[in-house]
Amino acid sequence: MYSFAYHKPTSVKDAAGAFAKGSEARYLAGGHTLLPSMRLRLSHPSDLVDLAGVAELKGIKVDGGTVTIGAMTPHGEVASNAAVAKAIPALAKLAGGIGDPQVRNRGTIGGSLANSDPAADYPAAVLGLGATIKTNKREIKADDYFKGLFETALEDGELITSVSFPVPEKAGYAKFANPASRYAIVGVFVAKTKGGVRVAVTGAGPCAFRQAAMEKALSGGFTADAVANVKHAASGLNSDLHASAEYRAHLVTVMAKRAVAAAS
Amino acid sequence: MAENGIGARVRRKEDARFLVGKSTYTDDINRPGQAHAVFVRSPHAHATIKKVDISKALKAPGVVAVLTGANMLADKVNGLPAGWQIHSKDGSPMNEPPHIPLAPDKARYVGDHIAVVIAETRNQARDAAELVDVSYEPLKAVVNVAEADKGGAPQVHDQAPGNLCYDWHLGDKAAVDAALAKAAHVVKLDLVNNRLVPNAIEPRAGIGEYDAATDRYTLYTSSQNPHVIRLLMGAFVLGIPEHKLRVVSPDVGGGFGSKIFHYAEEAVLTWAAKKVGRPVKWTAERSESFLCDAHGRDHATHVELALDKDHKFTALKVSTKAAMGAYLSTFAPAIPTWLYGTLLAGVYTTPAVYVETKALFTNTSAVDAYRGAGRPEACYLLERVVERAAWQLGIDPVELRRKNVIPASAMPYQTPVALQYDCGDFGKNLNDAAKVVDWAGFAKRREESKKRGQLRGIGISHYIEACGIAPSAVVGALGGRAGLYESAEVRFHPTGSVTVFTGSHPHGQSNETTFAQIVADKLGIPIENVEIVHGDTDRIPFGMGTYGSRSLAVGGSALVKAIDKVIAKGKKIAAHQLEASEADIEFKDGVFRVAGTDKQKAIGEIALSAYVPHNFPHETTEPGLDESAFYDPKNFTFPSGCHIAEVEVDPETGTTKVLRFVAVDDFGNIINPMIVEGQVHGGITQGIGQALTENCVYDAQSGQLLTGSFMDYCMPKADDVPSFEVSTNVVPCTHNPLGVKGCGEAGTIGAAAAVINALLDALKPLGVKEFDMPASPHRVWQAIQNASRKAAD
Amino acid sequence: MAISVSMTVNGKAVSAPVEERTLLVHYLRDHLGLTGTHVGCDTSQCGACVVHVDGKSVKSCTVLAVQAQGAPVTTIEGLAKDGKLHPMQEAFRENHGLQCGFCTPGMVMSALDLVKNNPSPSESEIRHHLEGNICRCTGYHNIVKSIAAGAKAMGGR
Repeated sequence: MYSFAYHKPTSVKDAAGAFAKGSEARYLAGGHTLLPSMRLRLSHPSDLVDLAGVAELKGIKVDGGTVTIGAMTPHGEVASNAAVAKAIPALAKLAGGIGDPQVRNRGTIGGSLANSDPAADYPAAVLGLGATIKTNKREIKADDYFKGLFETALEDGELITSVSFPVPEKAGYAKFANPASRYAIVGVFVAKTKGGVRVAVTGAGPCAFRQAAMEKALSGGFTADAVANVKHAASGLNSDLHASAEYRAHLVTVMAKRAVAAAS
Repeated sequence: MAENGIGARVRRKEDARFLVGKSTYTDDINRPGQAHAVFVRSPHAHATIKKVDISKALKAPGVVAVLTGANMLADKVNGLPAGWQIHSKDGSPMNEPPHIPLAPDKARYVGDHIAVVIAETRNQARDAAELVDVSYEPLKAVVNVAEADKGGAPQVHDQAPGNLCYDWHLGDKAAVDAALAKAAHVVKLDLVNNRLVPNAIEPRAGIGEYDAATDRYTLYTSSQNPHVIRLLMGAFVLGIPEHKLRVVSPDVGGGFGSKIFHYAEEAVLTWAAKKVGRPVKWTAERSESFLCDAHGRDHATHVELALDKDHKFTALKVSTKAAMGAYLSTFAPAIPTWLYGTLLAGVYTTPAVYVETKALFTNTSAVDAYRGAGRPEACYLLERVVERAAWQLGIDPVELRRKNVIPASAMPYQTPVALQYDCGDFGKNLNDAAKVVDWAGFAKRREESKKRGQLRGIGISHYIEACGIAPSAVVGALGGRAGLYESAEVRFHPTGSVTVFTGSHPHGQSNETTFAQIVADKLGIPIENVEIVHGDTDRIPFGMGTYGSRSLAVGGSALVKAIDKVIAKGKKIAAHQLEASEADIEFKDGVFRVAGTDKQKAIGEIALSAYVPHNFPHETTEPGLDESAFYDPKNFTFPSGCHIAEVEVDPETGTTKVLRFVAVDDFGNIINPMIVEGQVHGGITQGIGQALTENCVYDAQSGQLLTGSFMDYCMPKADDVPSFEVSTNVVPCTHNPLGVKGCGEAGTIGAAAAVINALLDALKPLGVKEFDMPASPHRVWQAIQNASRKAAD
Repeated sequence: MAISVSMTVNGKAVSAPVEERTLLVHYLRDHLGLTGTHVGCDTSQCGACVVHVDGKSVKSCTVLAVQAQGAPVTTIEGLAKDGKLHPMQEAFRENHGLQCGFCTPGMVMSALDLVKNNPSPSESEIRHHLEGNICRCTGYHNIVKSIAAGAKAMGGR
C-alpha cells in the first residue's frame, strides 16, 4: 500500500471539504474494495476520507412505503434488519448474499454503489426497485445512475448519503455467484411495482441494466414461465475466465426465472 | 490398547499452542536488527534483460541494498539444483539448464526473480522495488505444454531445443503394441490433467541471518524438509559447509508438496544476509505464491486400453506430455516418470503396460510435487479409461473392475511397470465401498433427483499408490540424487521423560501426537512425558523430511528402531541390576522383568541408573540412554482404496454438487484413527477441488497468470463439499515394523476420478462423453451445449 | 508520517504510533506481538486474519489500524481464560478441527460470530457461514463438526 493522508470527519460537509483538498482523494466507506486494491498497489489515493465518523450516513428507516438506507450501513445490518425483511424481503436476501459474513460486517451500500463494480449485487436492487440515490448535492434516479464500467452519475467528490427504495408489491433476486470470489456472474432482480414490472441485471454487462423484454413478458403475468423463453442476446455481455458472454446470456434467463419464482 | 497408545484416538498435543494463537510460523519470527526484502519480479513471461538500473531505488528512503543477478554471478552463486536425474529413451541425460536464483540475463516466467530490494521496513522495500528500472526486450512465450512440443514454439532455454527436458519411457512397448493389435476392444481417450496451485494457507516466508563472529549462517524457512534445504543450498548453491549453516523450519502452515523444494528466495535471503550484515526477512504475498510457488499436475495425455473378448485388460499404452515450467524444481523430473508411470498398472492385472513421458519447459512457474505427485495423475487417467471402457462395452463399472482386479491371493504381485506390491485386498476395498454407498440402490436415487430436475451420477475410483518413499538403492538406480531414509533419536532423560528428535517435519500431519503415541505405547511411559522435536538442523539428526506419505512409514519406522535400541540397552542394564541373564529379561508396559519371576525394574529406574551409573554394567555398556537410528525402507508401501462419489448436476446452470463421498482405504495399521480420518477428509477435498473448482490458467498469448488470486482461482470452500463417509480396510504392510502404509495423499489420489466419473455418469443422458477438469459450472454447461449441438447435427 | 492508534485489545488498552497505511493485522502482529492472527492472502478471501472489532467479525487485513481507533478488539489470544480453553477452542481440539493450524484462529473467530447470531446452527448454516474462511488441510469436515459441538457447549441446542 502506498502512503496517504488520513482524515476522519464527523459531518458530510467536512467530509466533502476534506475530499476537495486532496489531490487524488477517495472516500473510505467499508473499504472492502478500496483497501484490497490499495494493498495490491492498483489504487493510489493521496487522501482517504473515512466516513465512519459521520453519524448522519448511518441507519435504516422504513416508512410510508419507502425503505431508506444510510450510505454507511453495512450489508449485514440490512440483511438482518427485521423491518427491511418485512418490507422488501428480496433486498434483505440480496444484502445477506454479498461476499461473506466479514465483508457484510464492513461493506456498505454507499461504497458498493459509488464503486459500481459490474458484478456487485446492490446495483441490481437499486435499478430493479427504481430506487433514488441521495447525495450531498442532489437526488439521482436509479435509471440515471449507472453509466458504464465502474462509471456512475456521481461527480468528483459527490458523496452518496442514502438510498431510498420504494416498497414493491413483490420482488425477488437470484444470483449465480462466481464460485471463487462470490461476486455475481449474473444476478437478476425482478420487482412488481406500482409503476410496472422492473427487471434489472447485474454481473452480465459493464454495469447493471434493465431487461425490457422480460419486463414486458412479466407485465402480462408475473410468473417464472413468462420469462422462461425470453432470451437475452450475448453481444455486449462480459466474457471472462469464469463465464463466456453466451453463458451469461443464458444465465440471465435462468436467474430471471428463479428470481420470479422466489419473489415475495 | 494403551489409553494413549497405538490405535487410540488421542487428541493432539500440538493443538495446545495452535488453538490459542501461540504457534510460531516463520513470519511470526523477528530477529534483532532485521531488514526486509522485497523481490523485483518479471512482468513478462519471456524477455531478455537488457539492463537493471538500481540507482533510483538505492536512493529511496530506508533502502539498505539492492542486489541483482550480476551480483550473484560475481559471487559465483550457482544454480538451484534438480534432485533427480531422468534419462531419455535414447539413454541421454535430461536437459538441466542453470537456474541462478536472481535471473541475470533472461526472465522466463511472470514472477521470475530479477532483483531484491532490502530496506528498513517492508513498505520501504516495496516502495523502492518499484524504482528498480529493468529494461526488457519481450520475447514470445509458450505456456501450454502441448504447444511447447510443437515445432516453432518459443524456446524457453537455448540449451533445450524443442523445449525438451527429457523423453522417458517405461514398459514393454512391443508387447503392448502386439496386444493392442489383436485386442477385441480398444478404448481411447485424450485427457488434460489441469494445472493446480498448491496454496498452503501459510505463504512461504524466510529470514536469512549471518553471524560474522562464528562465520555461521541461519535460514528460517517455511519448509517441509529443513535438512534437504541445508544440503541443497549449502552444498550446491552457496557453497556453505553444513557445520556453518543452520536451517530452521518452525511451525509450517501446510505444504502439500510445495514446501519441499529449495526456492530462489531461500538462497537469496541467506546470501544477502552476509552481504548486508543483517538478518533479512521476506514473507510472500499470496499473489507471489500464485506466481512463484511450484505448481502441480499439468499433463496432456493420450491413453489406449486393450481388452479381450471377455473384458479382461490386456494392455495399456500411455503417452504424456508433462510441463516442467521455466526451470527444473527440486523433484520435478521424478514426478511424471517414476511417481507416475510405475502406478499405471493400478489395481489391475493388465499384463503389459507402456508409458512414455515427454517433459517440456514452458514459460510458467515450475511444476513439481503437489499432494499425490504423479500418482493422482496416474489414477485419474486409469480410472477414467476404465470407466469409459465400461460405458463403451455396456457393462457395470463395478463388474468390469472386479473382473480385472489383482486378487489378494496374488500377493506379492509384480507389476509390468517395476513395482512389486507387497499386500492389499483391492477387491474388498471395492466391495466395501459399493456396499457403503448402496450401489444397487443408486437407480432409485437417480430417479428422485430427476423429479427435482437434477441429473444424478455415480462414479468410482479404485486406486493404489506407492508411498513410504523410498528405498534408497532403488531411488539411486532410478536417478535420485539423494537417499530417502529417515532418522530418529530417542533421548531418555535421567528422570524418565523422553525427547524424540526426528528428521520428519510435520506441517499439519500431527507427528507430535502420533510419534508420541508410538513412544508411549512401546516404552510404556505416559504420553505427557514425551516431546517430539523437529525442524531445526542444529537439533535433529540428518533426515529427509515429510512428503510422499512417508512420515509414519519411514520416520515412524526409524523411531521404532531407535526405541528397540533403547529397550535392548535397558535389558543389559536391567540384567545387571536384577542379577539375571540378559536373555531372561522381558520388557512389557514399561517394566523390565526376569521372566517367570517378580523381579523387575521400571524403565524410569533404568533410565536414572543409566545417567547415575553406580550400579551399572560398565564392562559391557556405556552410560546414558540415548539411541538413534536411521531407517531405509525395504520397499514402497502401497496404500489402496476405493472412492465412490455421487454428484448432482443442475443442467440449467451446469452446477455440480458432490452429494456423497464414500472412501474405503487400506493404510495398513493405524496409529490414530482420528488423525487418519482428518488426512483423508483433507485429501478428498483437494481432489474434489481439482475436479470441480481449481484451475491455474495462463494467457496463451501474453503468458500472464490469469488466476493469480483467490478471486479467480477457486479454492474449495466449506459449502463446496459434503461431510465424508470414510472407513478403513486394514491389511498391514509386510515390510516395516509398524505395518503402516501412509495416508496423507490417498484422498487426493482417489477423489478426482471418482467425481469426474460421477459427473460423466450424470451427463450420460445428454450425450456428453468428453470432459476435462475442472467441472466448473461454465465448463459443464458448455459441454452440455456442445453435446446437444452434436446431437442436432 | 505516523499516527497514534489506540484501542482495547483483549481487554487491555494499547497504543502505538504507526503509519496511516498500517493494516489492523500488522498493528496486532508487528506492534503488539499478537501473532496468532495470520495473513493468508491479499484479496480478503482466506479469513486467516479474522478478529472481532466492536463485537463483529472482520478481516483484519482489510481494515486499517486507524479505523479501529478506540474500538474493542478481540483476537484468538483473548479467548482462553485463566489457562482454560474457550468452549469453541476446546471443541476444535476435541474434534480434530485443525491440522496445520494456520487458518484456525480465523475459523474460531468466525465461528464465534456465527454462534452469537445463531446459537444452534445446522450443518448447512455452518458451511455457508464459512464462505469467507479457507482451509486447505481439513476438508472442513471436522471444522463443521467442531463448530456444531462448540455451539452446543456454549449453550445452543
